[in-house]
Amino acid sequence: MKKILGILGLLVFICVMTAMMSDRFLTEFNIENIIRRTALFGIISIGAAFVIITSGIDLSIGSVVCLIGCLLPWMLVEKKLGVPLSLLIVVGISLVIGLSHGLLITKMKLQPFVVTLCGLLLYRGITRGVVQDQTQGFKSGFTTLRELSQGQMPLPGTDFGIPNPCLILLVVAILAIIFLNFTIYGRYMVALGRNEEATRYSGINTDRMIILAYVICGMLSGLGGMLFVLDVGSAQPVDFGSFYELYAIAAAVLGGCSLRGGEGTIIGVVIGAAVMQVLKNSITLIDWIPTNIEYAVIGAVILGGVVVDELVKRFAAKRRAMAQAKAGQ
Amino acid sequence: MKLHADGNVDKAPPLLEIRRVTKRFAGVCALDEVSFKVELGEVHAVIGENGAGKSTLMKILAGVQPPDSGEILLDGNVVLIDSVHQALNLGISLIHQELNLADNLDVGANIFLGREPTRLGMIDFGQIRRESQKYLDMVALDEAPTTRVSRLTIGRQQLVEIAKALSVHARILIMDEPTSSLSQHEAEQLFRVIRQLRDQGVTVIYISHRLGEVKELADRVTVLRDGKYAGGLRREEINHDRMVQLMVGRDISQFYARRPHTIGQPVLEVKALRTTAWPHHASSFTVHAGEMLGVAGLVGAGRTEMLQAIFGVDRMLGGEVRVANRTLNLRSCRDAIEAGVALVPEDRKQQGLILEMGIRNNIGLPALSRHKRGPAFVNRMRERQDASRMIAELQIKTPDDQQLAQYLSGGNQQKIVLAKWLAMEPRVLLLDEPTRGVDIGAKQEIYRLMEELAERGVAILFVSSEMEEVLSMSDRVIVLHEGRVSGELLRSELSEEAVMQLATGHRPVSAETT
Repeated sequence: MKKILGILGLLVFICVMTAMMSDRFLTEFNIENIIRRTALFGIISIGAAFVIITSGIDLSIGSVVCLIGCLLPWMLVEKKLGVPLSLLIVVGISLVIGLSHGLLITKMKLQPFVVTLCGLLLYRGITRGVVQDQTQGFKSGFTTLRELSQGQMPLPGTDFGIPNPCLILLVVAILAIIFLNFTIYGRYMVALGRNEEATRYSGINTDRMIILAYVICGMLSGLGGMLFVLDVGSAQPVDFGSFYELYAIAAAVLGGCSLRGGEGTIIGVVIGAAVMQVLKNSITLIDWIPTNIEYAVIGAVILGGVVVDELVKRFAAKRRAMAQAKAGQ
Repeated sequence: MKLHADGNVDKAPPLLEIRRVTKRFAGVCALDEVSFKVELGEVHAVIGENGAGKSTLMKILAGVQPPDSGEILLDGNVVLIDSVHQALNLGISLIHQELNLADNLDVGANIFLGREPTRLGMIDFGQIRRESQKYLDMVALDEAPTTRVSRLTIGRQQLVEIAKALSVHARILIMDEPTSSLSQHEAEQLFRVIRQLRDQGVTVIYISHRLGEVKELADRVTVLRDGKYAGGLRREEINHDRMVQLMVGRDISQFYARRPHTIGQPVLEVKALRTTAWPHHASSFTVHAGEMLGVAGLVGAGRTEMLQAIFGVDRMLGGEVRVANRTLNLRSCRDAIEAGVALVPEDRKQQGLILEMGIRNNIGLPALSRHKRGPAFVNRMRERQDASRMIAELQIKTPDDQQLAQYLSGGNQQKIVLAKWLAMEPRVLLLDEPTRGVDIGAKQEIYRLMEELAERGVAILFVSSEMEEVLSMSDRVIVLHEGRVSGELLRSELSEEAVMQLATGHRPVSAETT
């Protein structure tokens, strides 16, 4: 809980600072845009969080976003496969990707970093080959399907509405929270993230849980890829979704996940994703920050956050040690 | 400075003097004002039960950790040993129980690791070879300096460590349980080297709980108990009974309380079990309801692997495990747990507990799937109840059940591992070194608990390297040697000599198989 307060404080701080320095921040259009982007990145960040909680890593998220993001319009527009079949294929591909990552990591005992690094290269390469490096788009068709990302649910009695991706994120987050906190499988994941061996010695099939985490991550990356392309309308195979895995991992880390595993909350991760988006937005809006140093600013803020978190932790450990020494005497 | 009544002005000061050294960990006193002296050129054994403070004291001498108070005198001068580097400069070398060699490098490279002689900025391999050979000769090790360390047996690796210590001109060599992973033959070779070094004027501080070898080797013995100095023995005073008396400090028969009880039907039957430790050797035995079967043997005899195979975490290469007349199909430890088998593993921190998790969640982990609600929801109420029942029953000392396991003492941690399995109500309890790293008080409680479980009819199979524990807790003992049961001893036949004889076998461990 305390961890969430920290990251929430950071989010509020950036919002207030940006609002003070730019009058375009608090416009209806801008806020709706931030919420939509946060929702999309929140979904893939939750996927990353599952893998990180089991002390793994998934570097292929961005390439999966690219693969799905390019294949979906390609299947619909070029191959005319129809919406249901295309969606089925999207789900199938995401599932197979997650499953194969999990199997390679548990049964072949390969390192998650290596497996998903190869995934990162593979899926982007495959995408570029399949669509011949051509930009894939919906050509102003499929407006009903695109409502999934672009539409909003009007709030009764006001002019505002909740963007649809935000509703999807809400459903995903609630399911994830229930899974992680209230089911035995969620408990197994947290336990094995901290100590895989002791968890196995407690009679738990840890391999199955690790595979499940990669499947969840693959599926959420696929869902994210679909929503991203439905939102923007077209995707270039060369750079669609590139670096998204790093945004997802950064959001998870900001949200309290430790890369050592076993730690993190879904709410924290979603707030982490929001911090990333607000930060990007404020760099664009605030005039005296040149846009081309965007990455540097994001990197510095994450580093600052992690350093402060570590210092707070050390301070707490020192106080506990002192309290214990006192109790011992 | 205080003048001691027995202070002799004319006599040269002792080589090493430890004065009122105290060290606390998280409120627990590991060393409490320990003082003793070590003379030049003696083999000085430091003995004591697990948790007596031996290792802590040695780490302080070797500069691994500083004492909270007290002083250390070398040649009569107070010295400050605040780093391993400083200890080495003073001529103090610690040879750890777990060897600290880079086994991917060759012998010579290990001896000169971090101090490589150079020529024109490049490592001078020729000089390393020549110099290393000199020190290898001193420890009578007939290996070339260019042999990779990973190809040597543990015993030979240990000699490399000693050669390395000699190469930095160590005057005081501290050896922490050096024979714990050696065969009889290798141990004898080590003793020869130690005596030779002593004759050359090297002082050896020898930590062990094997009283037989202490008697054979030591010129003087210092006994630690519960972090305090419990007494010292001169060469002529060293005998088994006096050492045990000082170590335990009370009547042993009372400390290991065993009440007579009835032994029931066979519960665990192991037939021709072969494990990864000794793939070609099989062992068979039976444990009955209410029986405590002790498993003795040297490190490397395959005891841990045997327990792990029965529990299904380690692959079984052959044989049969039957529980209550039903053959188990062990694909993972789930299968063993479902049949009522539980394992308290050797490595508590790595295999027994999730240190960063609370007590309640640790205790509840194995039972989560048994008590789940609906499709897969955690039964939090049940989990809470189980935890508070176990904390009360096992007298786990903690402010509340959410306390992280890492902040508890070794004894309380071990009780949590026991608690998580007791909550599952096992029929067969496998214990691997159940009192390792546990203080005497907790040890006694663990024995009491084992006793109670046996009375309730649980079949207990326990592995222990502590002779006193094996001798006094077991109804029956099987001794493992190279993966085989080399003998079985009834309670009436038990003695340290009988166990050691069976444990060492008559053949040395061959170099290829270790």
